[in-house]
Amino acid sequence: MSKEMVSAQNIRKSFGGQPVLKGISCSVHQGEVLAIIGPSGSGKSTLLRCITQLEQIDGGSITICGEELAREEDGKAVYADRKTCVRIGLHLGLVFQNFNLFPHFSVLRNITEAPVRVLKKSRGEAEETARALLKKMGLSDKESAYPCQLSGGQQQRVSIARALAMSPDILFFDEPTSALDPELTGEILRVIRELAAEHMTMVVVTHEMKFARDVADRVIFMDGGVIVEQGNAEEVFGNTQNERLKTFLARYNEG
Amino acid sequence: MDPETLASLTTLLRQMGEGTLSTLLIFALTLLFSLPLGLLISFGRRSKYKIVSIPMRFYILIMRGTPLMLQLFFVFYGLNPLFGIQPQRMQAAVIAFVLNYAAYFAEIYRGGIESIPEGQYEAGKVLGFTRGQTFFHIVLPQVIKRILPPMGNEFITLVKDTSLAQVIAVQELMHVTEKFASSDVSTVPFFVAAVFYLVMNGVVTRCFTVAEKKFAYYR
Repeated sequence: MSKEMVSAQNIRKSFGGQPVLKGISCSVHQGEVLAIIGPSGSGKSTLLRCITQLEQIDGGSITICGEELAREEDGKAVYADRKTCVRIGLHLGLVFQNFNLFPHFSVLRNITEAPVRVLKKSRGEAEETARALLKKMGLSDKESAYPCQLSGGQQQRVSIARALAMSPDILFFDEPTSALDPELTGEILRVIRELAAEHMTMVVVTHEMKFARDVADRVIFMDGGVIVEQGNAEEVFGNTQNERLKTFLARYNEG
Repeated sequence: MDPETLASLTTLLRQMGEGTLSTLLIFALTLLFSLPLGLLISFGRRSKYKIVSIPMRFYILIMRGTPLMLQLFFVFYGLNPLFGIQPQRMQAAVIAFVLNYAAYFAEIYRGGIESIPEGQYEAGKVLGFTRGQTFFHIVLPQVIKRILPPMGNEFITLVKDTSLAQVIAVQELMHVTEKFASSDVSTVPFFVAAVFYLVMNGVVTRCFTVAEKKFAYYR
């Protein structure tokens, strides 16, 4: 089996006493595309935010690229020191639902700012990388535009380029098409498909069932803060025996 | 115009010009110190540690809740009996203005900072920026754009508030104006002063219009 990039064991997370993740264990392997599906409020986004350190877990352990981010001690999660956490964070890229581009920077600067400031690359080198990424995203003519001048789909492609510019080992997507008009979702899904073809390791939280079925190597179905079912796409979508998953999928098939 | 009137008008204008310099000095020094101080106070006010945030709230309450004139009197007359420090008139005026305006600026900064979506911090964090980098390179430039209109108000108010320094006998524009008006029994100095203040605020307004245009390239 290929290298394990993310290993999460028994993750627990509550918000104000309300448990949102009730003991999640999952792993991501190098080169695979993992889709996380499930109804709203099932904890999918929270899981992603815990792995990308936007939230702190209450209990459980997380290991990323062989480095321990948090381990369990006496039923509580204990995080690594700050430096280690930052270093681990650099293995990961995250694409947000609402893009979260920096509105005061041009498209090019949005992509180069982190490589220059965080990775200490020269501006020239960072711009070269950024232009190559923009070309890949089909946005070569937009490098001096500002985010507010772009469509949602274009903004999301810029934010993917921004994440890729940091050369992450794993790229996470938090409902990357949910803020987009239906006719714009296609361009984002196409980009993710291309990255999958290049064997980029990716974790995609999505409501696009057809996309998950086509692109994902593995699918996790979450409901009520637990993983209800997981397996390859065929197992999950094709012949699940799980009633909750069946009901969930049936709703999508109706629509 | 007879030579005597001309001479007295020249004296009036020269002295009012000197008063204007004092006014501008108070204005400039107040901004120089209160703008950064206000930012620090807004950080303190937003701190999750109550031991920091509560004193800052109290400070802002006092500074905004009592008259600036009272604060001027306090700094000039009150420091000596309490602490044995006697500032000069100009020093006292600048100290009082800085302390007062920093409180207003702190609240303006706070409003600006809180209007920036959480997603901007999160994007900075996942890209590996430190908290300082995220604040100064990502958040603060956007805050400045958003607080320009209320800041413009404060700057204009400050130009006019400098006239309060006359209560501790700082020789600023209003003090000079009043002196001439009463000694010459004339309303001319009032009109001249009005023009001086208007010109200063015209410049301030113009600067803010330019600044807002400069930041208009994004939303």
